[in-house]
Amino acid sequence: MSKSHLELTGVQMAFDTPEGPFIALDDINLKIRKGEFVSLIGHSGCGKSTVLNIVAGLLQATRGGCVLDGHEVNTPGPERAVVFQNHALMPWLTVYENVQLAVQQVFRKAMSRRERREWIMHNLALVNMEHAANKRPGEISGGMAQRVGIARALAMKPSVLLMDEPFGALDALTRAHLQDALMEIQQDLNSTVIMITHDVDEAVLLSDRIIMMTNGPAANIGEELTIDLPRPRNRVTLADNPDYVHCRQAVLSFLYEKQTFPGKNKAEPAPSTTTTETGAGGTGSNATATDHSPETEKPGPEKQRAIA
Amino acid sequence: MTTLTKSGPDKLPAIGSAARVLAEKLSPKALGEAARNLLLPLIGMTVFLIFWQLMAPQVDTSLGEFPGPTDVWEQAGQLWQEHQSEQARADKFVTMQEERNARILADNPDAEVRIRDYPGAPTFFTQIGTSLLTVLSGFALASIIAIPMGIMIGLNRYFAAAVNPLIQIFKPVSPLAWLPLVTMVVSATYVSDDPMFEKAFITSMITVTLCSLWPTLINTSVGVAAVDPDLLNVSKVLRLSFWTHTRRVVLPSAVPMIFTGLRVSLGIAWMVLIAAEMLAQNPGLGKFVWDEFQNGSSESLSRIMVAVLAIGFIGFVLDRIMLLIQKKVAWNE
Repeated sequence: MSKSHLELTGVQMAFDTPEGPFIALDDINLKIRKGEFVSLIGHSGCGKSTVLNIVAGLLQATRGGCVLDGHEVNTPGPERAVVFQNHALMPWLTVYENVQLAVQQVFRKAMSRRERREWIMHNLALVNMEHAANKRPGEISGGMAQRVGIARALAMKPSVLLMDEPFGALDALTRAHLQDALMEIQQDLNSTVIMITHDVDEAVLLSDRIIMMTNGPAANIGEELTIDLPRPRNRVTLADNPDYVHCRQAVLSFLYEKQTFPGKNKAEPAPSTTTTETGAGGTGSNATATDHSPETEKPGPEKQRAIA
Repeated sequence: MTTLTKSGPDKLPAIGSAARVLAEKLSPKALGEAARNLLLPLIGMTVFLIFWQLMAPQVDTSLGEFPGPTDVWEQAGQLWQEHQSEQARADKFVTMQEERNARILADNPDAEVRIRDYPGAPTFFTQIGTSLLTVLSGFALASIIAIPMGIMIGLNRYFAAAVNPLIQIFKPVSPLAWLPLVTMVVSATYVSDDPMFEKAFITSMITVTLCSLWPTLINTSVGVAAVDPDLLNVSKVLRLSFWTHTRRVVLPSAVPMIFTGLRVSLGIAWMVLIAAEMLAQNPGLGKFVWDEFQNGSSESLSRIMVAVLAIGFIGFVLDRIMLLIQKKVAWNE
């Protein structure tokens, strides 16, 4: 294994609320290799987006930190390009101009006007969107807009690509198309990707490694699962591949047996699995639970810290 | 309604497509729609005119009966004729001077000659021109102040908190309350032997500015503050400079709101102007109404009614022009 490319160490995130600090994340440790595709999966509100925003530099960890290629991450920057859930294209700019805004900003000095133009068209071609270069985001479908969002992020030549539920707002067919496109691009460019998802199939199909997060507050990394399926991967042939099915089952079991939905309080004891346990999983309780008050439970260590 | 240019890439040959458009326009559905769009407003106006014609004679004033539509129409023609003859006299006045100047120059090429303006009273139509000039100057000044201020307020919530009470207090003030103050200040500060503008013009313009500032200011600040957080994050990831961020992200995003503000502002400016001109004696429509009121002839009420209709019509046209500009400029239209 090569030296880690991106490293999160002891990351804690606390938000100030009128009732005192709310610990959203606690003690997140994660190392990511260059070219690795990592998915973060977990129930809503477990702080997946918070992790991504800390890597993006849009949020500052209250404790611990994030190091990319030996440099600490403090501010947002184009080397950590973000693909947002709702494409986040400027509606008043055309598809071309949206990518141009990014390319102009990042490569103003490094590229000539002509090189920039070619680079923009090259990235639009990567996501098959050259034909709509002069259309506004309002004139194209959500899936197309999301392609452009990905092209814009790729055009920044990021060392790590951050994707916040990039396909969450799309219908199933469009999503499958885009997943295939993303797999292809990622393999060609060997980009490092961190993707947040709710979708177990998406995570297993795309990732080299799946990071499963426990429920908040004080969410943590519950389990990690390495997906060793050969690439290129085909969703149809994989469907009855025993390894694929096993991986899928492992993630489902984590999400629905060990963690359960936030609000349900039946946390089952974590059975030992082949996956590595890196954090205290199994406390599937939530402060908003209706049938148990928090005092009657046995809070895990991170929970005690959250209350203190 | 489909037009030739909008019929898309799968355009038929021009003739076929023209025939199709014609057929579409003559289809029962389209005809029904056209009738609705044209006929109903016509019916509304006709009913109003009949009602007006019947009711007007019932109202007796010291200046005679309240004018009906026919009286007003007659006076409108009268005003147009007065304008024509005044125009002719003014032309003659200028030609006379030019001829005289030419004679003087022929005798002595070094002589200093000048052409004096025609000293006659302004007609209704030149007064409309003055009013338009005044309102557009006041509105332009208001926009020049309100848009940058609104951007600053929208970008900085501390600044917003500091100026918010001032905006709330000054926003509802009537032009009539400002006018005496503006008049006195303009009289005291705008002193010049050969003034470029009349004091009455400056006073009216500033009053218009003070009253029409607020909708643009408030809408701009709301538009600027309400930029989609995702777009703000994009801007942060790209590390756009403050200037680029404002110019390429914040401003375009706020354009629709700014235009809504501008349209409301222009409407208010036009309303305020008439009152301001009445009191400041700026030679525009407001002064026309005031003079006719003081004049008190049997035709005065009809002439004032002409002015009322003209004011309404011009206000409507101004709003339409703003709407057209908005459709050209704003990305969401």
